[in-house]
Formats: sequence, C-alpha cells, structure tokens
Amino acid sequence: MANCYSDRPELRFELNHPLMQRIVELKERNFRDKGKYDYAPDDFEDAMDSYDRVLDIVGDITANIIGENAEGVDQEGPHHEGHRVRYASGTERNLDAMVKAGMNGMTMPRRYDGLNFPITPYTMCAEIVAHKDAGFGNIWSLQDCVETLYEFGSEDQHKRFIPRICKGETMSMDLTEPDAGSDLQRVMLKATYSEEEGCWLLNGVKRFITNGDADQHLVLARSEEGTKDGRGLSMFIYDKRQGGVDVRRIENKLGIHGSPTCELTYKNARAELVGSTRMGLIKYVMALMNGARLGIAAQSVGISQACYDEAIAYARDREQFGKAIINFPAVYDMLSLIKAKLDAGRALLYQTARYVDIYKALDDIERERKAAGEKLTAEEREEQKKYAKLADSLTPLAKGMNSEFCNQNAYDCIQIHGGSGFMMEYACQRYYRDARITSIYEGTTQLQVVAGIRYVTNGSYLAQCREFEAQEVSESMKPLQLRSVLMANMLEEATAHAKDAGDQDFLDLCARHLYEMAAYSIMSHLIQYNATQQPELFERSARVFMNYAEAEVTKHHHFVMNLTPAAVEDYRK
Amino acid sequence: MLAKQVPDTRNVGPDAMTPEGTVNRSALPAIFNPEDLNALEQALRLKDQFPGTTITVVTMGLPKASDVLRDALYRGADDAVLLTDRALGGADTLATSYALSMAIRKIGVPDLIIGGRQAIDGDTAQVGPQVAQKLGLDQVTYVESIEDICEKSRKLTVIRRIDGGIEKVETPMPCLLTITGSAPACRPQNAKRVMKYKKAAAPAENNPKATIEIKQWGAADIDAGLEQCGLAGSPTKVKAVQNIVFKAKESKQLSGSDADVEELIVELLNSHTIG
Repeated sequence: MANCYSDRPELRFELNHPLMQRIVELKERNFRDKGKYDYAPDDFEDAMDSYDRVLDIVGDITANIIGENAEGVDQEGPHHEGHRVRYASGTERNLDAMVKAGMNGMTMPRRYDGLNFPITPYTMCAEIVAHKDAGFGNIWSLQDCVETLYEFGSEDQHKRFIPRICKGETMSMDLTEPDAGSDLQRVMLKATYSEEEGCWLLNGVKRFITNGDADQHLVLARSEEGTKDGRGLSMFIYDKRQGGVDVRRIENKLGIHGSPTCELTYKNARAELVGSTRMGLIKYVMALMNGARLGIAAQSVGISQACYDEAIAYARDREQFGKAIINFPAVYDMLSLIKAKLDAGRALLYQTARYVDIYKALDDIERERKAAGEKLTAEEREEQKKYAKLADSLTPLAKGMNSEFCNQNAYDCIQIHGGSGFMMEYACQRYYRDARITSIYEGTTQLQVVAGIRYVTNGSYLAQCREFEAQEVSESMKPLQLRSVLMANMLEEATAHAKDAGDQDFLDLCARHLYEMAAYSIMSHLIQYNATQQPELFERSARVFMNYAEAEVTKHHHFVMNLTPAAVEDYRK
Repeated sequence: MLAKQVPDTRNVGPDAMTPEGTVNRSALPAIFNPEDLNALEQALRLKDQFPGTTITVVTMGLPKASDVLRDALYRGADDAVLLTDRALGGADTLATSYALSMAIRKIGVPDLIIGGRQAIDGDTAQVGPQVAQKLGLDQVTYVESIEDICEKSRKLTVIRRIDGGIEKVETPMPCLLTITGSAPACRPQNAKRVMKYKKAAAPAENNPKATIEIKQWGAADIDAGLEQCGLAGSPTKVKAVQNIVFKAKESKQLSGSDADVEELIVELLNSHTIG
C-alpha cells in the first residue's frame, strides 16, 4: 500500500539527524515518564522508533484516506449552515481518521494526554498531510496553537483545555480584521472585563479566520480602552461551548477549498485572558506566528512534493516525438529543479524545526525549574539562547523560501503537463491554486524579508555560512562547498554596499535580494551536508541546487551592487 | 474476532509462484487478511457503542502471525491469542475451524464472533461457518453492517450483501458473523496504542525486548484431539494447482431442489472439483 512517509526516504533521513539525540534527551527529561505511561519510551532508540511508526501511520492515512478524499473536498468545500461551518464530507472523514489515530495534541506533555512529540516529527506529519491536501493540513495542524496556550496559559487553563485538544478538538487563531492584516497593531476587537459575569467579553469582527468555527480559539483583542497600538492588545481563549461567536460567511477562495476561511462576529462572547494583558501582540502572537510560519513552511514543502510526484509521473508517461517527454532536456531541467528546490527547502525546514525543538524544550525545562525555585545552568542558558537565535533567524527563511518554491514548483508542474495541466481534470491545477496562499498568509514573503533582514545586517546568516564552511564534507561535495564560500563572499559584499549607504529606503529596496542570497547560501550548505551523509539520495540535488543557487546569488549580487540610493527614486511611486 | 495472516495475493508479481507450483511466500508480503480488517472495524464500532465490550482477537499460524495480532491491538482490540503448534500445522479449513472453536471454548463463548468472509489465499469462506457449526451457533455470512443490537432481547439485526441487493436479517446472540469487503474499512492504528503494544510479543517470537506477553496456546492448551488437528485432521488434499481464467460474467442461481443439487454435483464431479 502507498505510504506518504515510508515511500519517501528523504523524510526518514531528516528524522534521523544527529541533533535528534539532544532533542529527545531534553524533551523526555531523561525518560522520566517511563513506567508512568505505558506509551512512554524507555530510551532514545525507543523514542525514535515510536516517531518512525507514528509517521508511518500518518503516511498511511494521508495516502489512503486524505489523498482519496482530496479532489472531492476541493470541489465540495465547507458549508455555511446556521452561522456554523459544516466541513466537506471528505474533510469529516479525514478528521475522523486522524482523531481515531490519536494524532492530536502531538507535542503536548503526557500529563495532558499528549504524545510528547518534539516539533520536528510533528512538522513532518504536517508536511505529509499537506502533500495530499493542503487545506486539510490547516485544519489539522492548527492544533499547534495549543503550544502558545501551553507556554503562556495558567496551569488551570492547561488542565481544562489541553486534554480536549488531545482528544481531537480543533483550534483557530483569530488575529486578522478588516483593517488589520499585516499590520496587527490596528486590531480593534474589543475585550471588556465584566465584573458581573466574572470574565472577559469580546465584541467585534474578525476576518479571514482559518477554521473559524473551531472548538477553541485564540483571540487577539484590545483590552486597553483608548489605546491604538500593539501595547493595548491581549490574548484570549474562547471556548465554542460558551457561545457568542457566529460565522457570518465563509470566503470563496482560489485554493485550499477544504479549509474554511471565516468572517466571525463576536457578541458578548465570554473568554479568558491568556497570560497578562498588553502582551497579546508583542509576545504571544509573535510566538504563535513563529509556530504557524514553520507550519506553512511544512505545508509548502508538502505541496512541492506533490508537484514533483505529479510532474515526474506525467513526464514518464507522456510520449511526444516518439519518446517519453522526461527524456527531453527542457523537461528534465524543470523536473530536476523542482526536486532540488524540494530537497534544499526541506533541509532548511527541518534544520529550523530542530533548532526550535532545542530552545523550546529548554524553555519548558526553565519554566519547570522556576516553579521549583530552580534555574537553568549557565551552559543550558547559553544553549537556549543560541538555538533561539538560530531558530528565529531561520524561520523567516524557511517560510519565505519554501512558500515561493512551492509556487514556482506548481508553475513548473503545470508547464510539464502542457495543455493538460491547464485542464481541471489534472491534480496539478489544485496544487497551483493551493500553493498561492502560502506566500501570503502567516506573513507575506515581504514580511518574512522584514523579519529576516536584521539577520543579514547583523551578520548572523553570514556567520552561519562561515561555520558551515568549516564543516567536513565528502570529497564530491568539496568543490560545491568552495562555491558556497564564494556565494557567502558575495552576500558579504552586497550587504556592506547596501548598509554603508546609510539610507534606510535603499536598504529596504535591497532587502529581498540580500535575504535570498543568504537563504541560497545556507540551503546550499545544508544540502551538501545531506549529500555527504546520503550521497545516493542527495548528491544530484546538491549539484543541481548549487548551479541554480549560484546563478541566483550572482544575479542578486549584480543587482544590489549596481544600485545606488539615487536609484530608489525610479522605484518610488 | 477471528483473523488470519495471509500472503498479499493482491499484488502478485512474476515470482509469486515457485516452479513447483506452490506459493512463494518470501515474494509476497504477509498481511492482515483484508476482510478480517473489515470485521475488526465492525467489532470496534460495537465497542464504541457499548464501551464495556471486550474484543479478543484469535489467530492460528506461525509465530510470525503475531504481526496481525499486534496490528489488531494497535487498532483497538483488547486482547489477543496466538494458536501455534506443530500439531496444528498443515490444517485445512476443517482442522482450522476445529482448533479455533476449541480456543473459543477455552476463552468462553462470547456474545458475538466476527470474522472476515474469506481469506485472500484460500478463498474458501468455510472457516467462519464451520466454527459456528462446531460451537452450535447461528451464523450470518456476507454481513455488511450491524444495524442494531437489542440488549434486552439479545437480538442482532444485520445487513447482508447478496446478489443484486441487500438482505436484512435478525438473529439471536450468541452468533457468528462473517463480514464482506464492502463493509467500512478499518480505522487506522492509534499512535498511543502502537507505542504501547509494539512491545507485545508471543513467547515463540523470542523477542527479548518484549514487555507485554501475547497469549500463546498449543493443541494441548485448548484440549484439542490430535487426530482432528493439523494434517491429521485435514481430509482436503490438493490435487493440482493451475491457472484459471474466469469466463462467466454473472453468477448462477440454484434452487434447493434435488434436480438442481444433482446438476451441480455432476458438474463438480466432471470438472474434478470434487471426487
């Protein structure tokens, strides 16, 4: 039987990265749950075996249930009935299978009924699911909002809400409003504390809310009357059982049809404060967004994989001029590039996920120690800081680059299909439509550049490149590594050129170019590492990616170096 | 619940048969017989409906057949029994159903015994009905769904898939049902159960890492008469194996009249299917 995990050795390779040893050690706290929960691992090998098996189940469900339902879900879409959402019938079946398989609250501790999985294997599940149905991927993977509740909510809230998520309740994050999209500081949904009711009441409208009729909502609202910026915003949890939030409409979208995007009206909806007031946007949404961005990066890689599978199958099957079109250079050029972007983008995704895993596990240990009046050791604190910085710097690259890649890959996938690709009968048109949102939601690519540019200017990406340059790679990767050094040199030179002008608009205009240069340089090292470990899986991709990345970096270098602050005027509208 | 591990005959490659005409088991992966999975889902649905329900899965086979028992545990079964013994080996459907019926007696005859309609290796569809006969139970074959259980009258209403339609049947419990492949597919394995029961093994598997023991019974454990077990208890002898091509497009309806029965017997004798 087909399996979207075990049929893809690249995923198992990523799971078995050496950093997993440290991740499991931290996440399992030296296997203290052993004997306490019958499903807790005894040791590292046991934990890794469990991740592998669980990924296998998700791969099976994805290939044989979610994949089978995907086309029907795309056509049927969700239904708006009496201010509520009813999922497409295929979505219901997908959700039922995932809940019965126990794939909810995966990263939550066992004391709340979770699986206590690290972010890395969880992210792999998200990629796998999105590979067959990106829209369903949203509904299922919004469970990771629970991370934010776990990090900032009270223990009482943990006990009441998290076990319900682990049993299969769904989540949404209600941030966007008609006048607050990328600029969340403008959120106006009103939160007022009612002494009479002993709770907060939410009033107002939210728009473009993915899975807006979820069981539990994390809501960004203005708790401080009279304030206008982000410092007046707080985070709330709204439980659907309380009532007070209605679905006014479900948006009619270009893609991800299975995922209901809702306009919500709040009328005295009873809600609970999460954490402290005024920290909603500046702390909690930032954490929520970072998790969501990793999720979209995973979704994008899933779509890229789908594009590759579909494109290669068609190219092998389709004959023109007396032979299968896969034998034409113009076609295998596109196919190889899809695969190279997929492999390099995936390497970036899981490198990011592993960094997130380490610092988040240390954050959790820190909270636990704090409650017991203890602290992290100096080494642990250093490790936490190091990986938090690495994760924060790579997250915008992983999200931005993979979402752009999946759009490019969907384009090429249709191109390989020729005229057939333009027909609605072929799955590639769905990937093309589904891919389009990935570079928009959870922060557009332009906002990923805004998040990433500080790591260009402060030299953080360059330092990561220089560190990779010192790493031992296989003989066949050595020439590539040298070319990566030259790429980093170009990044260094272009960054200095953009910075030294001392003109913010000029730097901002160069930002996308510098961001991509950094991303290509880092990805080129990551895929060289992979090719060193498993040449048969990654060597070809490493070479193809290097040719492409080098050309891109050279192009961007040329662009930035030829630009001066005076040129900004030509662009300004 | 009765289950069988079978070679995956749905994906037969060129090396599926040995030159001698027997099944090349190494070329075919061993899987959970598909219709037994449909049967397991029916059992699990009853458990969802009546949470006090206990599902015990029984299989007979080599120690490796524990794979299907673990799979059933992963999906929600409560207990599992492996019947394995040299004395039980080489059994035809008669000897198999005898051994299974003796195991069920040892467990205690439950309210309901559910199995797949037939296995994809032998395709006889005989084991379920023979187990029911040996235990003196009512049986309903070709069941697609269990529509209703009346706890008070202890009666079961089931839907059978028959030629050209469906049939609704009411039957008293205890009874035995065989489930068709048109019934709902089995639910997936459950993450927590996999992490727990991956450590379950029958003693014969010799897995030093196992911490949960799967019950393992031999002929003596189920008080089976050796003359009715294994090869000794199997009157069926394979005369030859040959490739056949299905030509008939439709099934043929026979009444229970003497003339029809005689016509069938003559046809089977002439084709050497029996005799």
